[in-house]
Amino acid sequence: MSPRTMFQKIWDQHIVHSQPNEPSILYIDLHLVHEVTSAQAFDGLRLAGRSVRRPQRTVATPDHNIPTTDRSLPIADPISRAQVDTLRNNCQQFNIRLYDLNDFQQGIVHIIGPELGLTQPGMTIVCGDSHTSTHGAFGALAFGIGTSEVEHVLATQTLRQFPSKTCELRVDGTLGAGVTAKDLVLYLIGQLSAQGGNGYVFEYTGSTIRAMTMEQRMTVCNMSIEAGARAGMIAPDATTFDYLRGREFAPKDIDSAIKLWQELPSDSQAKFDRVEIYRAEDIEPQVTWGTNPGQVISINQPVPNPATLGDETEKRTAELALEYMGLEAGKALTEVLVDRVFIGSCTNARIEDLREAAQVLRGYHVAKHVQAMVVPGSGAVKREAEAEGLDAVFRAAGFDWREAGCSMCLGMNPDQLRPRERCASTSNRNFEGRQGKDGRTHLVSPAMAAAAAVSGRFVDVRKWQFKE
Amino acid sequence: MKPFTQHTGLVAVLDRANVDTDQIIPKQFLKRIERTGFGEFLFFDWRLLANGEDNPEFELNQPRYRGATILLAKRNFGSGSSREHAVWALDDYGFRAVIAPSFADIFYNNCFKNGMLPIQLTEQQIDDLFARAASRPGYELTIDLESCRVKDPYGFDVGFEIQSSRRHNLLHGLDDIGLTLQFESKISAYETARGIGQ
Repeated sequence: MSPRTMFQKIWDQHIVHSQPNEPSILYIDLHLVHEVTSAQAFDGLRLAGRSVRRPQRTVATPDHNIPTTDRSLPIADPISRAQVDTLRNNCQQFNIRLYDLNDFQQGIVHIIGPELGLTQPGMTIVCGDSHTSTHGAFGALAFGIGTSEVEHVLATQTLRQFPSKTCELRVDGTLGAGVTAKDLVLYLIGQLSAQGGNGYVFEYTGSTIRAMTMEQRMTVCNMSIEAGARAGMIAPDATTFDYLRGREFAPKDIDSAIKLWQELPSDSQAKFDRVEIYRAEDIEPQVTWGTNPGQVISINQPVPNPATLGDETEKRTAELALEYMGLEAGKALTEVLVDRVFIGSCTNARIEDLREAAQVLRGYHVAKHVQAMVVPGSGAVKREAEAEGLDAVFRAAGFDWREAGCSMCLGMNPDQLRPRERCASTSNRNFEGRQGKDGRTHLVSPAMAAAAAVSGRFVDVRKWQFKE
Repeated sequence: MKPFTQHTGLVAVLDRANVDTDQIIPKQFLKRIERTGFGEFLFFDWRLLANGEDNPEFELNQPRYRGATILLAKRNFGSGSSREHAVWALDDYGFRAVIAPSFADIFYNNCFKNGMLPIQLTEQQIDDLFARAASRPGYELTIDLESCRVKDPYGFDVGFEIQSSRRHNLLHGLDDIGLTLQFESKISAYETARGIGQ
């Protein structure tokens, strides 16, 4: 057989049916479901008199639309409550495992999947959520789908798909102190642009990626969609297998599974449709300045002048972005004051993210004018952080310590920016209004967010005076 | 699904790139559990001022674009979130087709599940259409999916590409799930071979 990429191997293994000029019918191993994109799909099933083909391969949790405050109280917003109730009723009717609001394993769907060992190498994984790309960190083919496709997967456990092109993003070298996986992926998106990956599945390779923990790899794969790629993947290795060992839903005979997983990495002679190569040493702490994640610069670069950017469309896009963000070309980011700090989201709300932020915060307090919050990615992350005393560090620094959920990443719940508030956020999207109407989002790493909270403005965390 | 064969309609222009699905349908409207009724929330934050009145600056509020059924936009339309609500909102507002130089993958895919036709043309063709729409109030285009052409009455006449199976399904309004279930025995065979569901 000719050399294949990991994408091609997983694709080939999941073909139920294919014929020329038609989409292939691909088997889906794991279907993750949340409250916002599933209700209409379940309705569709009922209307057509269909059932869920493989309920045991479907796992649900409410995460987008839930309060991060006291969970013993009912959800105050009646429409939000109805949506969460609808998910519960649908899971009951169709016999789907649900990690409900007060379940100790509840959390952001892309955080609990890996935590529970549901996410495994070689799998096809889908969810009605674009950040499903997160799971590619395990060497799975994982991508977001719309609600019609959610219904299709529920009814058939398959999807009709055309193959994507493949793009290898190779990063070699060692990231500097204070430069994180978040900075790496923001830098890549900046290089590629917000649409540079349209039509591609990324595979991240190189020594920098190999040296990363699973949580760091998840941060990288999570934001593949922000460059337009539907999926991002990283070949499984010992780091992957060690992470999975002993998790609730990991294979019981994991050594046999590992033998199969070791066949997954792209063959050395495999051809990608496109290859881009980067050096870790070129990457500095990143801050977005605009309204898409491709509009990003290093902390020490001035806000760019739209006149110097690309073609007419890019110039206009940049002008609109600066106007929305209330920034002028040439301004130093270190002079930009922040009002709010959000540490959370499926990008950066795992235990290592919280440790990274807490380390910066120890012995410090947030600036007087800053309101800051931490939203752990799951109940498990929250408990682990509390066991390590991180909650005490955050609280002592003046942060709100919340319950798990998507929270202010997209502001579907009450956690929102007010108009013109400027936020240093560890989330994944700086779109207009994403965190609240007329709110201004700057995407950064957890360490950079923590440093901004204390300083009240953006600072280069590489110069931070750690107190403990 | 409603079929798409041929359509002639008023063109509205949106001179923006990277129009993300958060703009098309902001998150506060994703709490609904129905597929319908999203049209009034389309581009909500751009369309309405803080006091709830129409923003006169926003393109779709201009009288010349009222009743438009074809949306013309710049590159990377539909980026971001997978929310199909974005397509439902465009559809419910009255749009049947979106024409842009490029689309985000998930949005593009979602269009075909809802009888909405996303048409990719070159940047030059899009610029030409923007100029034509700007200079002629009431500017209309005719889209013919049979022949895969877009034309106006003034000499604009270009072809567009679309995967043949997507074209076929849209022309006939075919439902994906029904098509896939024709291969139910192959799905069962796949599962049996791997011990799934036993």
